[in-house]
Amino acid sequence: MIYDALIAPFADFEFMRRALAGIVALALGGAPIGVFLMLRRMSLVGDAMAHAILPGAAIGFLISGLNLFAMTFGGLVAGFTVAILAGLISRATQIKEDASLATFYLVSLALGVTIVSIRGTNIDLLHVLFGNILAMDDPTLLVIAFNATITLILLAIIYRPLVIECVDPLFLSTVSRAGAPTHLAFLALVVVNLVNGFQALGTLLAVGLMILPAGVAKFWSRGVSGMIGVAVAAAALSGYLGLILSFHTKVPSGSAIILVAAGFYIASLLFGPEGGLVRQMLPGRHLEA
Amino acid sequence: MLLRRVLAICLLVFCAVASSLHAQQSRINVVTTFSILADFARNVGGDLVNVTSLVGPDSDTHVYTPAPSDAEKITKAKLVIVNGLGLEGWLPRLIQSSGDKAVMVVVTKGITPRNIAAGKRGGDERGGEADPHAWQSVPNAKIYVANIRDALIAADPVGAQVYRANADAYLARLDVLDREVRDMVEKIPPARRSVISTHDAFGYFAVAYGVHFIAPQGVSTEAEPSARDIASIITQIKKQQIPAVFLENISDPRMMRRIAAETGAKIGGTLYSDSLTGENGEAPTYIDMVRHNIRALTSALSG
Repeated sequence: MIYDALIAPFADFEFMRRALAGIVALALGGAPIGVFLMLRRMSLVGDAMAHAILPGAAIGFLISGLNLFAMTFGGLVAGFTVAILAGLISRATQIKEDASLATFYLVSLALGVTIVSIRGTNIDLLHVLFGNILAMDDPTLLVIAFNATITLILLAIIYRPLVIECVDPLFLSTVSRAGAPTHLAFLALVVVNLVNGFQALGTLLAVGLMILPAGVAKFWSRGVSGMIGVAVAAAALSGYLGLILSFHTKVPSGSAIILVAAGFYIASLLFGPEGGLVRQMLPGRHLEA
Repeated sequence: MLLRRVLAICLLVFCAVASSLHAQQSRINVVTTFSILADFARNVGGDLVNVTSLVGPDSDTHVYTPAPSDAEKITKAKLVIVNGLGLEGWLPRLIQSSGDKAVMVVVTKGITPRNIAAGKRGGDERGGEADPHAWQSVPNAKIYVANIRDALIAADPVGAQVYRANADAYLARLDVLDREVRDMVEKIPPARRSVISTHDAFGYFAVAYGVHFIAPQGVSTEAEPSARDIASIITQIKKQQIPAVFLENISDPRMMRRIAAETGAKIGGTLYSDSLTGENGEAPTYIDMVRHNIRALTSALSG
């Protein structure tokens, strides 16, 4: 019974195993990025960046048709350009990063839509290329795993300055010059993971697997490393349960995964030990002499 | 004598110019919603009509977003030819916004619609809706052509003779095509007459010719399949030993490759369902499209 519900789908069908492998790779790369986005109050920046990637993917499509690598590469270049420009501008001028990002992403979204329509066909570009966790072929799976690996390695390298910059950017700028490069490297990682998420979940939901697990983690841990651990676990578990949900009901798998993550978030919001609502209502034990 | 001759020549020239002017002016503008209807209209209208299609070749009519230039085309048209049966969900608003002066003709008039609910699957998603892909059966295409002929005659009575002659010639070609398809299907062993195709567009074809189509997606290309849909298709292919899966020019090809890899079924060529290809493609006209499809089917199924 439990075997039928939880394990049989993966034992019987290869596409389910591939989907699970894909989602675990996504969780490993994306969830830590989500935690840092949240700590830096940049959660919505992820969403903005997701739109900035569109024109790059569109140009890739124009040049070489429906080619996974061309479109991924185009998306990466466009995302990097926007992220780095926005980062540089906010560091060089008075404009805050969110404002310059908003400008860039709107421009880039408009460009993307224009470029797609130049081609004349109205094939729903993102639907065809980016889009389905159930259709993981070898190249897609390899791209996702590769990107996740790069993310983890880079994150390990910039971990220390990144954490310090989240907590006390002023301190970092007095002891080291790593602030700017760290920030840019981090933005690059955001782009890599968004493109990654596109392959599996499509534009709208790609950000979900980064941000929601980070929100969950906030209610379970105070330390950054604890949060990252919880976020990765929450993301992978959402992926697994979402696939199961999509297998047993008829919910499309992308939305099933994000809905499960949302369920975790609500549960954590209520019952999480770190600032959960229920915990706040119960007065803590007084210290007694 | 000379004067008379000059006069006669002048008159002749004048007549020629006038008649050619007349011919150009009387070319009526016809707008169709998608490429297959445009092909029918061109065949029936011949030189008397200018046919433009709103949704071009290789594009998906289901999820089309009209552009302002489309409203302009409709304003200029004398006749708008649509499929109906819910295919062009975006059309009513477009007609409204262009200030509907053109006559609209629904070509599926007289065709018994096949309910999606009556098909193999999809009933629980969009129960009771009509399947719009009626043109996939050649007998239905003949009804399309007859409707277009009548509409053109009504819109331009002067050309009635030409339209009738063109339509008769084209209908004869469709008859030949119909026989050809039936002969080809006959050659496939009855047990092997089932295939998987990405798009549930071949319902009418299936009923007319007895080839069983199973689709991984619902009838609209907008619906995203769930894990359960894919799993049930894979189970079915394995259980019923379905010999072939087919890709289409408009749905996610990776999904089909995944299913094929998992079941060992053969990937057939492309089947064209909702749109023709461009001039240099494999299916620039309706007759080419049907011929291409039946060849692809037989070569995968007779195996």
